[in-house]
Amino acid sequence: MSDSATSTAASGSANLAEAMKRWHEQTLAPVLKKSPERKAEFISEANIPIKRLYTPADLAGRDYERDLGFPGQAPFTRGVYPTMYRGRLWTIRPYSGFGTPQETNQRFKYLLGLNEKALTIAFDLPSQIGYDSDAPQAKGSVGKVGVAIDSIEDMHALFDGIPVQDVSVAMTINATAPIILAFYLAMAQERGIDLGVLQGTTQNDILKEYVARGTYIFPVRPSLRLTTDLIEHCFHHVPKWNTLSITGVHMREAGATAVQEVAFALAHAIVYIESALERGLDVDEFAPRLSYSLGCYRDLFEEVAKFRAARRLFTRVMQERFQPKDPRSAMFRIYCGTLGSTLTRQEPENNIVRIAMHALIGALGGAQAIFTAGLDEAFALPTERAAKIALRTQQMMVDEFGITNTIDPLGGSYYVESLTNEIEERAAAILQQIDEMGGMIAAHESGWVQQAIEESSYAFQQKVESAEHVFVAMNKYLPQEGREADPIETFRVDDSLEKAQCERLALLRQRRDADRAAAMLERIEQAARGSDNLMPLFIEAAKARVTLGEICGVLRRCWGVHNPMQSY
Amino acid sequence: MQAKDPQGKIRIIAGKPGLDGHDRGIKVVTRALRDAGMEVIYLGMRLSVDQIASAAVDEDADVVAVNFAAADHLQLGPDLMQALRARGCREDLMVVAGGIIPDEDIPALKAAGMSEIFLPGTPIEKIIAYIEKNAPRRSVGA
Repeated sequence: MSDSATSTAASGSANLAEAMKRWHEQTLAPVLKKSPERKAEFISEANIPIKRLYTPADLAGRDYERDLGFPGQAPFTRGVYPTMYRGRLWTIRPYSGFGTPQETNQRFKYLLGLNEKALTIAFDLPSQIGYDSDAPQAKGSVGKVGVAIDSIEDMHALFDGIPVQDVSVAMTINATAPIILAFYLAMAQERGIDLGVLQGTTQNDILKEYVARGTYIFPVRPSLRLTTDLIEHCFHHVPKWNTLSITGVHMREAGATAVQEVAFALAHAIVYIESALERGLDVDEFAPRLSYSLGCYRDLFEEVAKFRAARRLFTRVMQERFQPKDPRSAMFRIYCGTLGSTLTRQEPENNIVRIAMHALIGALGGAQAIFTAGLDEAFALPTERAAKIALRTQQMMVDEFGITNTIDPLGGSYYVESLTNEIEERAAAILQQIDEMGGMIAAHESGWVQQAIEESSYAFQQKVESAEHVFVAMNKYLPQEGREADPIETFRVDDSLEKAQCERLALLRQRRDADRAAAMLERIEQAARGSDNLMPLFIEAAKARVTLGEICGVLRRCWGVHNPMQSY
Repeated sequence: MQAKDPQGKIRIIAGKPGLDGHDRGIKVVTRALRDAGMEVIYLGMRLSVDQIASAAVDEDADVVAVNFAAADHLQLGPDLMQALRARGCREDLMVVAGGIIPDEDIPALKAAGMSEIFLPGTPIEKIIAYIEKNAPRRSVGA
């Protein structure tokens, strides 16, 4: 700022302070005396005290160019792209998967028929934890919370009739991400598709699984190696693939506050980046392919501020620690969406409104992709009808309300800018605390992260129990006895699908070249004990019809499994 | 209401059977039960039904509390009950569950021997009251 601008601002702020004082004394005080405010204090869901009114005084000392700047330029507070939604709308990402690949293929075609070009695959728990559908551990879980994928054959069935070169495919997969991606890449190659055109994302964020969500398999070091293998392989062979989506969502879902969500996700990002650098990659070779995932929770302005703060803090962290030359390396591209814990089982139709608010948060926060949940989230996976309403919600958000006409519409709001500053400062303080502990892995090992999330979760729940945090029709405005909402239709995965999936798996084992499969597993075992990138072997194994559970079985033998009761 | 031995705390074994890792609910509930004066041993998640059953027997639990959030309850609920019986659990052992469970599945879980199913949005107070009222009385000197 120039001197004259500074002095104008200074005299302006003196005038403002004077005017504020007058307002307090003459206008506000008499009213407060007569009718006090509804609550003694107003506090955000991240426990930030909220003032009655925000004014330019709250932004004193802030510099527009340094702290906000312009969209598409560091620190990206106002958005990562220069035209944002005026140029390209956010991607609407339905999250779907259940039963067998054949079943999910039908749902995918239905969703693509509603005019979308992006999908997110939900995998069942055995696929996420590295068990084949016929493993004893998988019994009762096959196809239940996502689609069962045992082999490349399943990947062929999942995308049967779907032009994968034209669809952006995100995969919510972590511990087994390199193997599942290998199935996908091998499937594309068998179809004759050039890997260079494939677009999509693997979540591949194993670290957060140790502190929330829990689909880990191996101890942390070999897990981090797998994550980095995927990043390195895609840099060389699948250049458009988003290799890693560093995810705050699940820690938030486990109870973390908005501030902790940002801080912990960034702390994980730092570990991944350091790991890829150790591998010998240059930061600009992989960082532009990292993306980030945060939740849309309840406190609308705080959530919007969270996205803005996360973008700015990430840019600052990148510049301070890793000095990228490519500006894209410091872009915090966000995939966000509804968190299930914001929805209620009571009067489930009300969730439609909640979910619309989440989409609004994503849009006002400048997200690159948004997921909207089904209204029946508290019952089961979404029915086709619920999935359609979720998708239509976003289509309305895009086209009916003028939300996408300008960039960062809440930028400049005294309140939102103040919250953005507050969240950034608080998250930066947590990052510093983690540094002092010796980094995020040390913070995991000591149980500090888990404990912090648990404390926030319990504190939140106590406010739910006391109805300080209101969920309409759940802890306030309860329906009259006997006049509860009608039951809604819920989705069920047919139990016979587990049997069908196991039968197909048996057939695959029968038909494949058994010697070739066995030889592949031996080579994987050798490589796992060494340090070569495992991705090329996984792809070769996929083509030899080796299964997910077989590969993970070998890796378990080599590396052991994570035991949450022991430090790692 | 059954009178409780003032010395005998209700002893609860809690955990998540199966592969699911959504443990926010069970952690919050177990902590609240502890705050309500019960003795809670939380085993963690990703457990086999046998691990839960053997802990329940070894610890002479009054109550077993589990959570399901991955549509595997109709498999694992009855499996757990069977594992408990196979290990010779106490006759009066009470088993309760919570989580994402469709209404129409509740009768099957109760038929398998579960006492009560708590659904999302249940006030924790209600869970505490239910357990205090219905948990078996601890044998004297246990």
